[in-house]
Amino acid sequence: MKRLASLLSLTLLLGACSSVEPWVKPYERTHLADPIMSFSRDPVSSAYDSHIYQVREGARGAEGGEGGGCGCN
Amino acid sequence: MAATRRRAAWLTLLLASLSARAAVLPEDRADALYHSYDGGGVEVTGPSILVRKGDNRNFSVSANYYVDSISSASIDVVTQGSPYSEQREQKSLGVDYLHGDTIMSLNYTRSEESDYKADTASFSISQSMFGDLTTVTLGYGRGKDDVLQNGNPDFSEPVDRQQYRVGLSQILTKNLILGLNFENVTEEGFLSNPYRSDRYLDGATFVYEPENYPRTRTSNAVALNMKYYLPYRAALGLGYRYYADDWDIESHTAQVDYTQPFGKRWILDVVARYYTQSAADFYSDLFPRQDAQNFRARDKELSRFSDVSLGAGVSYALLSHAWGYIDRAEISFKYRRFWFSYDNFSDLSRNGPVGDEPAYAFTADVIQLYLSAWY
Repeated sequence: MKRLASLLSLTLLLGACSSVEPWVKPYERTHLADPIMSFSRDPVSSAYDSHIYQVREGARGAEGGEGGGCGCN
Repeated sequence: MAATRRRAAWLTLLLASLSARAAVLPEDRADALYHSYDGGGVEVTGPSILVRKGDNRNFSVSANYYVDSISSASIDVVTQGSPYSEQREQKSLGVDYLHGDTIMSLNYTRSEESDYKADTASFSISQSMFGDLTTVTLGYGRGKDDVLQNGNPDFSEPVDRQQYRVGLSQILTKNLILGLNFENVTEEGFLSNPYRSDRYLDGATFVYEPENYPRTRTSNAVALNMKYYLPYRAALGLGYRYYADDWDIESHTAQVDYTQPFGKRWILDVVARYYTQSAADFYSDLFPRQDAQNFRARDKELSRFSDVSLGAGVSYALLSHAWGYIDRAEISFKYRRFWFSYDNFSDLSRNGPVGDEPAYAFTADVIQLYLSAWY
């Protein structure tokens, strides 16, 4: 819980730093807002991809998407 | 079978939304997906239904129902048991709350099959800052599993899991966005597999004995992903993940993907991914004698191996205009082929001198077909 509290404090602290001038203005973000630029355009599909990796490979974590359970061997 | 089940029986936190549009709730949408995995003697099929609805202000709720219908005659089953069929069901419920530049997410998942139950609850908080150029996400998850064994009603062992996650999404230029994720997972309990065995040398042949894993495992993974917008409206994605745990497994994952829209209705996706890992320090394809060491495994997912996958997908926009309650709809089809190649896991279904059998390898075909609607 101590670790969680530190992480939360860090977020709030960083949240206070809002005076930095954004170097990419909101009106320059049309390309970034295009759905093709999403890291997970279709969450239902990304979650399934992650599940395949988690079941067949030894590594885990830092993938994004959802996992849980298995259905393997 | 439980070890591989347990391996996946933890929930990566909701976050995911390394979106360029910070502090915006996900869109209202519903997806109905059919999935099929066929490889290494294993067939897994089933649906996944994901529905998300918000109040257009501060809240968004999501629910997922997912099924794996499994029919297995894998190399482990063929050499140590008999083919079986079973079903796994997973239900998830999530709530996202937007307040200013902050999104808080709660998620609960329950996964059930005849010999494995897993409950996971997770919380994440996401804060956008620096004029929405940067989004930091922190997450915590807690999982409780119950490992059972078919045919042995007295067998029940717990697994306790904790996950800590930190994510950073950074807009670098008007065409480039970066995602950096770190995740720590600790597990304690029955991390072994009640069905699988290792083998040891006994004269000119070998004999099976039960595996025995350590009762704790801690892992760290860090992933760097980027998306680049190409001038002719296409997106190039690159990703790398480094993973290490205290079982001495170290892995590298690299991925490149490319998205190309055609006209107003078609989107083509292609992906290539490479994964490689070292073996756990208590893994051996063949131990020299019975009880050769305290911890023993011959689980192919703990061996030294690599896999490569290539995939392609196509999405087609079904509506040119909103239709009643539905703003737009898409149908998507994805195909992926995996090539798994094991360095020190022998294929015991093929003949060879004991300890010198051919290395195991297999291919797998994965299909996804889904319908999506935004409303």
